[in-house]
Order: sequence, then structure tokens, then C-alpha cells
Amino acid sequence: MVEGDGDGAGDWAGDGDALTPLHPNYVKSIRLASLVGALPFVVGALALEMADRLPRGAFLLPVLLVAAYAVLRVPLRRYHARGFQMGADRLRVVRGLLFRSDTVVPFGRVQHIDVHQGPIERAYGLATLVLHTAGNHNASVALPGLGHGDALAMREEIRAHVKRETM
Amino acid sequence: MSGEAGAPDGEWRRTSPLGYLVRAIMALRNLLFPAAAMLFGTNALRGGALWVFPTIAGMILLSALFSWIAWRHFRYRIGESDIRVERGLLHRTARSVPYERIQDVSLEQKLVPRLFGMVEARFETGAGGKEELRIGFVTEAEGAALRETVRVHKSGAVPVGAAEAVPEEESRVLFSMDPRRLATFGLFEFSLVVFAVLAGAVQQFDFLLPFDFWDFRGWIGLLAGPGHWLEELGMAAQALGAAIALFLLALVGLVTGLGRTVLRDYGFLLEETPKGLRRRRGLLTRSDTVMPIHRVQALKVTTGILRRRFGWHGLSVVSLAQDAKSASHVVVPFAKMAEIAPVVEVAGFALPGAESDWHRCSPRYNLDRALLSAAVPLLCALGLLLAAPFVEGALRFGLALPVAGLVALAGFVALRERFLWLHQRHAIDGRLIYLRHGWLAPRLEIASRVKLQSVEIVQGPIARRRGYAALNFGVAGGTLAMHGIPLDSARAIRRAVLGSIAEVDFSRLPG
Repeated sequence: MVEGDGDGAGDWAGDGDALTPLHPNYVKSIRLASLVGALPFVVGALALEMADRLPRGAFLLPVLLVAAYAVLRVPLRRYHARGFQMGADRLRVVRGLLFRSDTVVPFGRVQHIDVHQGPIERAYGLATLVLHTAGNHNASVALPGLGHGDALAMREEIRAHVKRETM
Repeated sequence: MSGEAGAPDGEWRRTSPLGYLVRAIMALRNLLFPAAAMLFGTNALRGGALWVFPTIAGMILLSALFSWIAWRHFRYRIGESDIRVERGLLHRTARSVPYERIQDVSLEQKLVPRLFGMVEARFETGAGGKEELRIGFVTEAEGAALRETVRVHKSGAVPVGAAEAVPEEESRVLFSMDPRRLATFGLFEFSLVVFAVLAGAVQQFDFLLPFDFWDFRGWIGLLAGPGHWLEELGMAAQALGAAIALFLLALVGLVTGLGRTVLRDYGFLLEETPKGLRRRRGLLTRSDTVMPIHRVQALKVTTGILRRRFGWHGLSVVSLAQDAKSASHVVVPFAKMAEIAPVVEVAGFALPGAESDWHRCSPRYNLDRALLSAAVPLLCALGLLLAAPFVEGALRFGLALPVAGLVALAGFVALRERFLWLHQRHAIDGRLIYLRHGWLAPRLEIASRVKLQSVEIVQGPIARRRGYAALNFGVAGGTLAMHGIPLDSARAIRRAVLGSIAEVDFSRLPG
């Protein structure tokens, strides 16, 4: 399911250790989300196809190809482009295919922590960890695609760190 | 029912059922407009469609049901070290706010909750944006107890200054403006805003005028008729008229600028007090602001195109998000650098000195930007040239002017990038980050390394091929970004800055 992909995230902004990959179920969850997003277009193409104005397949074929690419290929690439690195006092989040970003939030700057679960995430046992900082830029840094248990554990660890620093 | 607020750790609670009632009533307000629209739209009041009332009743029931679900799935826990809130049925969010991060607890009472004696408790954390924690709606007693709990838990930590009167003694004047300085400042604040206001007013109130202001034919007719003498006066008189008009325009601009400046900055006084920087200013509405020094995150030294030639600069501070509402943070509006330096010192920063190690951004970055920004006008010019053969003879020469203009524009934007490359730079020392931006009115940003919140390296498709990146720093109440930094130096800067951030916890930032 989740095999290597040429331009994987690896260590592109190289800060020592390699990135931890996300939960394998994350690929499935983005696929499902893209499928839901692509459905209206496929239905629309089908409707146009019924109208019989252009040669058979003129609408359906390109739409199906694009949809297949978006549902099968893109989620895999996105999965490989994402990753995180839990340091002793900081969390690093890497994401993006075309526009790559690599964010580091020191635990000492975390204001509060969310663990968020959408319906699809719940179906796959995933969760999104969101760290809120006081900065205007990157006010909230989201890390999707974690196992729910892992996300809770990470929250507790960051929580404990915030506590230890201040007490 | 909500229990005692002092209850021990680990007990999940819902807000009281009365809270549900308040929620449901508040949600009903959202139905008011659709319901009214339906009533009028279908003429139900005059015995129109009968299905309208059942539909509205159904909407009310649904709204009540949704409120109930929201209430049922909202629970909170006053823990030993944090407050936790869980909410949502489909989209579930669990939020944890450590006590150390809570700056303030405010209790808000809108009209409906007030009737039932309920409050909404808000926990302000200084997080950017609207992402604070809310618990609504709880009884007044519970709200007060929540606030007390947070106070008790926080008391061990750094006390956040309670509202005390500003002591009059021990204050030292840092900067003040005499009328002469104020007048000079006003001259540089040249503004034509009054014309925009006039135009707006004419548009709003044109029905009051005895003629149609926008009737250009009428104006031309007026010129041709009674105003005909204007044309007969000859070139010299017309030129004189134009000069007078320009002079009047300049005069109005100067007077407006002067007036606005005097109104805003009359009697400007900046003092150093034990509570922070205290600024008083204004002629008619006198404002008195205190900016605690430990809340200052970064400084900005700004200037203008013209005033820069005379060595005039301004200084403003970037402060924590909550303060952002209280408008401008200018601490020195108009001064020489020698006067600004001591204020910078007091704020805990320093101006760049001779020993500052300045770096330019990657030349590739500005080259790419020059090519990209010049490409747009050049493509337009090319389009015009290609269209030329299809245009009638006389018009063809008319095309030469826009083409030349577009080519000149392309050259200009490309040259500008070259200039920016020469003048934009950054420097980092053990404590501070300096950034210089801009072309005609350059500005200098000074940020403290330990007060940054996060660091991000971003690369677009072009940047990745060309080996440079942008560095975005999270600053409370402002932004700070370096563009076009070679990837290796970007990483090095990030490593260094993160090192100094991680050493100091947010709640222990120097102050």
C-alpha cells in the first residue's frame, strides 16, 4: 500500500535525524476525502455524457483520468511529503508537495493543544494534533494523520514539558 | 448540574441544563431572518401558503435539537494542571489549556444569558487569532469560581500585573515633541485625503446639490457657454490657471497633513515608568497608553520617501496580540536616529552597530523575481506587437506608445529588484535579529531571538530548483520574514534561533 515514491520527504531541510512517517491509514483517509471531493465532477461528467453532444467519452474519460490521479496517486505523494520529528523540546512538522514548508515549534512556546478528529479520521482511528502559539504567523500548527492514541500520547508529553518548564 | 468549582481533579462536567436553554434561545436568533423572509416572501400574513407555519415550527425544533446535541457533547474538566474541553459530535475537538498559559479569565454576559443569570467564561491565552478557550454557559457563581480556580493555580507562577494606578513618580521623559517639531512633522505628512472625503461626500449627498454633479455634458456646456471666456484667454493664462490650481492642491494637502498631525500628536510625550512605556498625545482626544516593556516583541524603524533625505525616522513597537486592538503602537513618530536610540535601549533592544554582520539574500532570488515581474509587461507588449498587423493604418502608430511604456515598465521593475538586492539585508547577533526591507522608504525591523514563537522554512517550486528558501518567524502581534535566503544559511539561522528559543519558556520571558 505505502511503498517508496522517488521524491519522498526524507531529510530535505536537513536537521539531523530523519522524519517519522505518519500513520499508514492516513493515505486511506486522504483517498476517501479526495473521492468524496471528486464525486460531483464524475457525476457532472456522466450527466454531460448523457446529453450526447460530443463524441462518446469526451467528457467522462479526462474527468475519470484526473479523478483517478487525484484519488490514487496524489494521496500517496502527499503522504510521503509529510512527516514529523518529535524532539526533546520541539516538534518539527514537514508538509507540502509543490510548496514545501518545514515548521518547528518549541514546546516552550505552546499556548494550548488540540486533538481533533473529523468523521473520516475517526473511521480510520486517526487524529490531528494542533499546537497553538502566540505568534501571528503560524498561530496554529496542525499535524494530521497521527494514530489517535499516538496523538493523545504526544499531547501528554508536550503538556508535561510545558508544566515542567514553568514550575 | 454544575458542581463546586473547587472540586478535585479528573471530573468531567457538563454545563448546567439552564445553559442548554440559553444556548437554544441564542440559536433561535439565527432563525429570525429566514423566518421573517419566508413570512413576507410567501405573503403568509395575508393568508398565503399554509405550509409556512409548519416549516417554521420544524426549523425551530431542528434548531433546538442541534443545540441539545451541542450541549450534550460539550464537557469540561478542571484538572490539576490544565483545563480541558471536549466538544462536537461529528467533528470532535479536545482542547487542553495549561494554567500557566492563561493570561486572564473574562466573564461575558450577553442579554439572553443575563436574563437567566448565566455567563460565558473566556480563557485568554495570548494565542494568535480567535483561538481562545470558551466555556458557555455556566451559572454566575460557577463562572466566578472558575476564575478563582485559575487565579489560585496561577499564583505560583509569574504574576501578570493587575490593574494598578500608574505611579506618577519615577517617570523619566524619553521623547517629546515641541510645536516646532510638530509643524515640521506635519509638513511631511502631506495628505490629499480631503479630496477623497469630498468625493465620497458628493457621492453620498449628491441629491442635496441643485445640479447633477456627474453630468459631464452639463459641465462641458457650461464651459462652452458662460465659461467660454476661459478658452479665449490664450495659452499663458491657461498655464497660469493650471499653476494656481496645482498650488492650491499642494496648499490643501499641506494644511490637511498639518491639521491631522496636530490633532493626533499635539503634546506628544513618551515616558519611562515602572510599568512600562507611557505615551500621551492628542489635542482634542488625549490618549494615555501604557505599554509594558516585557510585552514588546519587536521594534520597527520606519521612514518616508522625502523625510528620509532629511534624516527623520519613526519608531513603533510590536506587542502581544491582545494589545493590538488598541490601535497604533508608535512610540516615536518623528525624530533623528540619535533621539530614537535611547528609546530602543529602554525597550531592551539595540540598534545595529558597526560590528553587525550583514548578509544579503541570494542573488538568484532577486534575479528570478526580476525575470518573473518583467515577464508580465513584456508579454503584454508582445501581444500588442502581434496584434499590430491587424490594425488600421492610423491606429498602428498609436500602438507604439503603449508598447514603449510596457517595455519601460519591465525595465523599471527589473532594475528595482537589482536595487532591492543591494539594499535588503539581515543580520543576527547573539540576542537580536535585524532585517532591512524596502526601496524608497526602507524600514528596519529588530526582533529579539528568545521572544520568537516558531520558525518555518518555506520553499516554492522555483525556490527548490534554485536552492533558496523563505524563513517565517512567528512573532506575537506581528510578522517577521526573510526571503530568498540560501537554504543552508536558512537552516543554520533556524538552528541558532531555535536554540535560544528553547532555553527560555514562554511564561519566563524576560520582562
